[in-house]
Amino acid sequence: MRRRTIAGYGAAGAGAIALTLFVGWWRVDGPGAPEPIGQRPMALTEMDFRLTDHEGNEVGPETLIGRPTMAFFGFTYCPDVCPTTLSDISGWLDDLGDEAKQLNVVFITVDPERDTVEAMAEYVSYFHPAIRGWTGPEGQIARIADGFRAAYERVPTEGGDYTMNHTASVFLFGAAGRFVTMIDYHEPREFAVPKIRRALEEETEGAT
Amino acid sequence: MKKIIMTGTLAALLTFGGLSVPALAGPVDAVVESAWSRASIGMNRPGAAYMTIRNTGDEPVTLIGLSTPLAMMPEIHETKTNAEGVSSMSAAGEIAIAPGESVALEPGGLHAMLMRLQQPMTEGETFPLTLLFVDGGEVTVEVPILGIAARGPED
Repeated sequence: MRRRTIAGYGAAGAGAIALTLFVGWWRVDGPGAPEPIGQRPMALTEMDFRLTDHEGNEVGPETLIGRPTMAFFGFTYCPDVCPTTLSDISGWLDDLGDEAKQLNVVFITVDPERDTVEAMAEYVSYFHPAIRGWTGPEGQIARIADGFRAAYERVPTEGGDYTMNHTASVFLFGAAGRFVTMIDYHEPREFAVPKIRRALEEETEGAT
Repeated sequence: MKKIIMTGTLAALLTFGGLSVPALAGPVDAVVESAWSRASIGMNRPGAAYMTIRNTGDEPVTLIGLSTPLAMMPEIHETKTNAEGVSSMSAAGEIAIAPGESVALEPGGLHAMLMRLQQPMTEGETFPLTLLFVDGGEVTVEVPILGIAARGPED
């Protein structure tokens, strides 16, 4: 009796593992795998959104086109990833020195409900002065995130608060608005600065 | 509140800058090293603190929770980033540390999430954080508060 129960559990366990492996294969390598082309951020020239920067100026894709761009999604109530990424970005900008002056650097909130223009202004003031903070109506945030193929999701926490899951990669675009590459979270700093230089060099290619 | 600030000032004087005081209390053979945190903007946003917890004993130790007068809901959380680059945070649960091993709470991974701040976290001050272990052991450490843009304990 007991042996049969154990065998039953064993079979169920093996079945569960097989199902997990199958689901994993389906989503990563199989027919359910995301379309790689579809995951690539659109060119800024193809995007359409209206937001407000931390100084109250109206901004859109045209604000970025003409200079290389480094952009990142986050929210100011984020205790770990966002301050870390903004400090990393500040460090990369310091490393680049004068070269960094040609870059647009934008921190886009995925939490416009709490991240007002004033909240963004205060928050970005603690980091490198080149960093601009963008917010706007939820629908416009959804449009820019869609253009970048960035994901975000509101997650309730204990006590009635909420946090945001969000794409933590840093996006790089050339001056002509073409997507160049991204810097993943946890990527070592020695890879980040050369990637930014690639986006800076893309400028001359885009101009010719 | 005044008491916290006083303790903070005293600890800051004792530690002379970025180093925290490894404090031992109760029967737990665990020490906390390189503790640091970032200043907060006001009290609405949660804070985060980082440190290395080293098991100096011969038995495994299990961290089960946190306590601090600074925050009503301090919890160990873990940030995870999936293959699509999406980061999420959740409670880490119990953390077992084998004898001689250590666990790092660092940006982008495990961190002490300080929810419901009772006062703003001000750069240059410190606050006491108590680590609660299985079997009632406790270790209290004074955590220095660095700037919002700090990247590590040396910043």
